[in-house]
Amino acid sequence: MKYLLLICGDESAAAHADDGCGGWDVEMVRRGVLQGGAGLHPPADATTVRVREDAVLLTDGPFAETREQVGGFCIVECADLDEAVEVASKHPAATYGSIEVRPIRTP
Amino acid sequence: MNAAVEAAIGEAFRLEWGRIVATLIRVTGDWDLAEECVQEAFAAAWERWPRDGVPDRPGAWLTTTARHRAIDRLRREAVGAAKLQEMAEQAEESRAEPDDRLRLMFTCCHPALAVESQVALTLRTLAGLTTAEIARAFLVGEPAMAKRLVRVKQKIRNAGIPYRVPPAHLLPERVPAVLAVLYLLFTEGYAATAGVDLVRQDLSAEAIRLVRMLVALMPDEPEAVGLLALMLFHDARRAARLDAAGDLVTLEEQDRSRWDTGQIGEGVDLLDAALRRGRPGRYQVQAAIAACHVTVADAADTDWAQIAALYGQLVRLVPSPVVELNRAVAVGMAAGPAAGLALVDALDAAGSLAGHHLLPATRADLLRRLGRHAGAAAAYRAALALAPTDTERRYLTRRMGELGCPPGDPPFVVRTTDPTEEDT
Repeated sequence: MKYLLLICGDESAAAHADDGCGGWDVEMVRRGVLQGGAGLHPPADATTVRVREDAVLLTDGPFAETREQVGGFCIVECADLDEAVEVASKHPAATYGSIEVRPIRTP
Repeated sequence: MNAAVEAAIGEAFRLEWGRIVATLIRVTGDWDLAEECVQEAFAAAWERWPRDGVPDRPGAWLTTTARHRAIDRLRREAVGAAKLQEMAEQAEESRAEPDDRLRLMFTCCHPALAVESQVALTLRTLAGLTTAEIARAFLVGEPAMAKRLVRVKQKIRNAGIPYRVPPAHLLPERVPAVLAVLYLLFTEGYAATAGVDLVRQDLSAEAIRLVRMLVALMPDEPEAVGLLALMLFHDARRAARLDAAGDLVTLEEQDRSRWDTGQIGEGVDLLDAALRRGRPGRYQVQAAIAACHVTVADAADTDWAQIAALYGQLVRLVPSPVVELNRAVAVGMAAGPAAGLALVDALDAAGSLAGHHLLPATRADLLRRLGRHAGAAAAYRAALALAPTDTERRYLTRRMGELGCPPGDPPFVVRTTDPTEEDT
């Protein structure tokens, strides 16, 4: 099964933006788990797009102002949720932020 | 309907429902289909057993019938083809899988599911309670409970929660989750008093039945045995816990002749066996504390020093201010109210029980025993202002009214062994 790991943290997590993930990615590629992912610039740099009645509406910033912000994401292929949880718990961001494990829909 | 047949079906339901559902979930991978097919198998039993007689092995008859229903259903759906093949292959080996119920129990109690969903799903799939019964027991509407059950099964499927007994390295974190759900189930029923709550009282019996099942399936897990002993000790006092008006009777004031001595004896044997394994845990220690209370014929003979020591051990296993408070009560009984009061003061200073009525209630009892009636009255008033239920308020008011009694009358304590209070 494929899962999206949403790596989240409050503003203080921004201090970790350049930390890398301490070899987690190398290990997960070796295990055949990690299929892709990236770190993100802060939500302040985001632009939100909506189309209403044919007009393209832009908003500065993320679509939801919350304390927890998405700082990065990974796509992992795991046997089941137990493995996905184990994989997520090994990511260094889990120790200061939080990681949302979302199953990806299969067509 | 012949009474013997009716009894046979009832017995088969109690013994076999969870086992057959667990097996059908494994072979079909579909929780709803599994439940429906087992339900249909029991409906078939109602129809056929009165006519054809009760089969020699009711469980096998029901399993085969449920399995055939599943095959019929899958045959009608195109997507079922691959599953059918798998079922055919598993047909023989499935009989040799004794631990499907354990698989089901661990999956229902997966920590990725909300606790209330874990409890509801356990009751539905393992214990065979209907959605309406579970809804009544948890005081929510049936549609809300139905929705909760649909959602939790959907999450299991969509999130890829595995249907298995976790591998050994995960057991230390997963067994406590199962025990916690069963204990919660028990306390939900145990805290119930009367009236509508009668439905809830059945939850305690279900919890005991499920823990017995767990103990049979995991005989080497001393905490499961400890939990069973703990439940038996508490449950043994059921008949004596309420007075005629439905008010709680404190442990000290309960009529001990109404305690179930058979159940207490069984609990003692279980606890001894568990403790001999030398791997103590919170439930074994809680059971040991409960044993100190239920194995003496007269409240005055209670070994409070032993209880205080056990609470000391429990605080190390489960750091919790409520457990600390219970330890203070026990110390107050073992070493005198002044020693207990010192611990209560320390807890008060730490502030972790601010807003909890048990802290001033305990202080009031200790001050009263020290003869400091003005301070006791003030503490009772503080406790009354915080008490969450009428029962508690009536109890505290009664205690306050007794302040005029001469010092030296029998001491009393807050209800130290009601599970709902130990676990907050």
